[in-house]
Amino acid sequence: MSKIGVFICHCGENISSTVDVVRVAEAAGELEGVAFSTDYKYMCSDPGQTMIKQAIKEKGLTGVVVGSCSPRMHEPTFRKACKEAGLNPFMCEMANLREHCSWVHDKSEATTQKAIDLVRTLVEKVKLNKPLFSIKVPVTKTALVIGGGIAGIQASLDIASAGHQVILVEKDPSIGGHMSQLSETFPTLDCSQCILTPRMVEVAQHPNIKLLTYAELEKLEGSIGSFKATIRKKAKSIDENLCNGCGTCTTKCPTKKIPSEFNTGLGMRTAIYVPFPQAVPNKPVIDKENCSYYQKGKCKVCEKVCPTGAIRFDQEDELVEIEVGAVVIATGFDIMQPSGFPEYGYGKYKDVITGLQFERLASASGPTLGEIRRPSDGKIPEKIVFVACAGSRDPAKGIPYCSKICCMYTAKHAMLYQHKVHHGKSYIFYMDIRAAGKNYEEFVRRAIVEDEVNYIRGRVSKIYEENGKLIVKGVDTLLSAKPVEIEADMVVLASAAVANPGAEELAQKMHVSYDSYSFFSEAHPKLKPVETNTAGIFLAGACQAPKDIPETVAQASGAASKVIILFSKDELSRDPLIAVVNRSPAPVFSTCVGCFLCASACPYQAIGEELITNRQGKVIKKVAKVNPGLCQGCGTCVAFCRSKSIDIQGYSNEQMCAEVVALLNND
Amino acid sequence: MKIGLYPGCSLTGSSREYNESLLAIAKEAGIELCQINDWNCCGATAAHNLNKELSLSLPARNLALAELEGMNELVVPCAACFNRLVMTQHELSEKNDLRKLISDKLQLPLKNEIKIYNVLQFLEKHIVPRLGQLVKNPMAFDVACYYGCLLVRPQNVMKSERFEDPMTMDVIMQKLGANAIDWPFKTECCGAGFSVSKIEIVGELSGKIVRNAVDHGAKAIVVACPMCHSNLDMRRPAIDKYLNMKMDIPVIYITQAIALAMGLTPHQAGIQRHFVPVNLPVNLPVNR
Repeated sequence: MSKIGVFICHCGENISSTVDVVRVAEAAGELEGVAFSTDYKYMCSDPGQTMIKQAIKEKGLTGVVVGSCSPRMHEPTFRKACKEAGLNPFMCEMANLREHCSWVHDKSEATTQKAIDLVRTLVEKVKLNKPLFSIKVPVTKTALVIGGGIAGIQASLDIASAGHQVILVEKDPSIGGHMSQLSETFPTLDCSQCILTPRMVEVAQHPNIKLLTYAELEKLEGSIGSFKATIRKKAKSIDENLCNGCGTCTTKCPTKKIPSEFNTGLGMRTAIYVPFPQAVPNKPVIDKENCSYYQKGKCKVCEKVCPTGAIRFDQEDELVEIEVGAVVIATGFDIMQPSGFPEYGYGKYKDVITGLQFERLASASGPTLGEIRRPSDGKIPEKIVFVACAGSRDPAKGIPYCSKICCMYTAKHAMLYQHKVHHGKSYIFYMDIRAAGKNYEEFVRRAIVEDEVNYIRGRVSKIYEENGKLIVKGVDTLLSAKPVEIEADMVVLASAAVANPGAEELAQKMHVSYDSYSFFSEAHPKLKPVETNTAGIFLAGACQAPKDIPETVAQASGAASKVIILFSKDELSRDPLIAVVNRSPAPVFSTCVGCFLCASACPYQAIGEELITNRQGKVIKKVAKVNPGLCQGCGTCVAFCRSKSIDIQGYSNEQMCAEVVALLNND
Repeated sequence: MKIGLYPGCSLTGSSREYNESLLAIAKEAGIELCQINDWNCCGATAAHNLNKELSLSLPARNLALAELEGMNELVVPCAACFNRLVMTQHELSEKNDLRKLISDKLQLPLKNEIKIYNVLQFLEKHIVPRLGQLVKNPMAFDVACYYGCLLVRPQNVMKSERFEDPMTMDVIMQKLGANAIDWPFKTECCGAGFSVSKIEIVGELSGKIVRNAVDHGAKAIVVACPMCHSNLDMRRPAIDKYLNMKMDIPVIYITQAIALAMGLTPHQAGIQRHFVPVNLPVNLPVNR
């Protein structure tokens, strides 16, 4: 006979404001098999947990139902409390009275009745619960970091410096990411490359870091502690061991007019190329799409000039399988191309550029060697207009969110322009100035006061060319409140920061969730900002949401420390909510008939064969067997099994059925 | 084929030529446009500034009458009337209670399912596919297609992706053999209702549009809104005064351009009704 305890939480007022919690507790107390029932303001607090522990000991409870928030919030809390009181933790279940009831309904009799129904179903389930024991999983102390921008670099260095192995995968030929493209950084104006390139070198030289550039994740299997990742190493068409990075091939390559990705199309590169002089590794790759040999079958100039004979035209993509215990996603962000805003004329007028393009113009390593010269004719612009929020905070045509970095980089752009073109005039059209951050507001003030940047609060309605000038039409919405027209030589659009193309595909490969903007979702917006909902996979940097460098670095170190915590143990315990094939006494042994439909349905290849033998060693029966290390508890096999021989522990058919029956019998 | 027509006040007055040319090209294409019987004012700018219910009831009555006549499609050539009718349909389709209330007040059933087209949508759907055989007199010169504000807005109702740089009229004009120039003033404000109260504002705003079209080499400005037309055409003296020079670029309705391209006479297209003489760099047919 079950002796179940029911504990109803008010969750402050989150539940009690719409649900009559006292009545729910009373109703639960009258259910068959319930030995104790009560309510309390905060069941998750120390006194609340103590209440549960005492009840287990004093009433000799065999099961516990806590009616409170989502199990995703506090199931571990309450199961731990039960365990401390000597009850198997899997004898504790949660009825979600908050997300599934009080938050989504108004205060009414029906709401209270629904809460009672939810509690009753869980009571019926707990009656059928069986004690379960955690599965021990060994931890592979190697981390996979995806993305070699500043986030991936920081996370890799931190994990590697703690003594663990790191495999850093970067899709481009060099690590460095967007930060390597930037000129100076706010709010200190220190050169981006000067602070970044030493870290890039450190990555390349660190004994614990294995760097795979020009490579992408193909597949990720397994779970926390023991993932198996398949990495596609795209063919670089060179033998990296032979190449000494002399650069002869890149100077001799006859295909020279390819817009350079690194210089955002403002400069050109060759078909065999190193993206930028400070690249790590400083060895070229052949861009097959643009190489004359790959496209037309003729050329091979690079092969002729290479002094070490390192060119390999027949090289093919290589798939490597690696075992890792944790993954850090640090794939960064992208710039929204402002082509959806025809009124700004981007793509039509050469001198309307994006903020990232301005970074290249202002960078000492850029196509103009740091001089601000406009793309159309190379002249130094006398008047320059910056348009903030070119896509951000625009639910109609752009993205509804704030890209967070643009206010600061636009102030920096105007400042750099004023420092380089002393007689020039700069204007910034803005909606609000969002300069929250250490020394950020002071930086913007400096731009306004010391560098005399003209801030105009208002939007730009149109940009068009007239007599060689870009006419910027906008409005000043402050006191004067009148239309403004500026004859500019160049316009810089602070285009929005968006998720990388392919972010969704990557998320699906790794089974992590993403938001409606395709940014990866953190497990909890406040308390688990670097975790994903998939255990063992962490987030760093702008792949989670737009971020500036300091915030990215902080989050990357946060993700690294989570990995290091995980690697501090030799084995992990996992919830045993996995599939099992039933066993019964001879002569049946199992109701499984060995059809292996389950094995073909299993997305994790977790189902194998087991041979049942008699005492003489003769095989009597062949049945399915689940590998507990690989099973993720998805339940697909259960639905496929024709003889009902397979069940998910903790969520058996019998338990589910009991819940449904309890819901239907609400008299 | 029978399609409904809501003319509104302009098409019976200051822009009669718009109505005439529309009916003429529809006839050429074998389409019968039937005016809604006993139609009333769309509410114009006055109603929605004063009385919400009235601003919905006036257009709703026209929609209900069209339904009663069994019309499935309705063309509303005036951009302002179109805006009122489409906004009313949108609002009443989102709020069923409001639709019932208005229907009760009108004492007319209102399913609110009729398809409402502005002239560009009508042309795209019914005239453009038939243009191939009908163009006899290509308009082979540079034109500036001017859209103004109401044809493409509001964006969330019209679902137009390029409302800052619309292309529908440009595409139609290209099909007539014209070169639709790329110019930046397609959707600038013409001064709208200031045409009556502050003519000098219209002179300035429309003046900039006319000058920009001429600067970009246009030989004619093509419009699809009676308000735009009257500001660019009828208010030409105010424009000339602002620009301090005489501008002689003609302003024609897209329907007139199609009529002329189809080989209809200038009189059938109604171009004799304009204030600025329509001199186009092609030979216009005199007789048919």
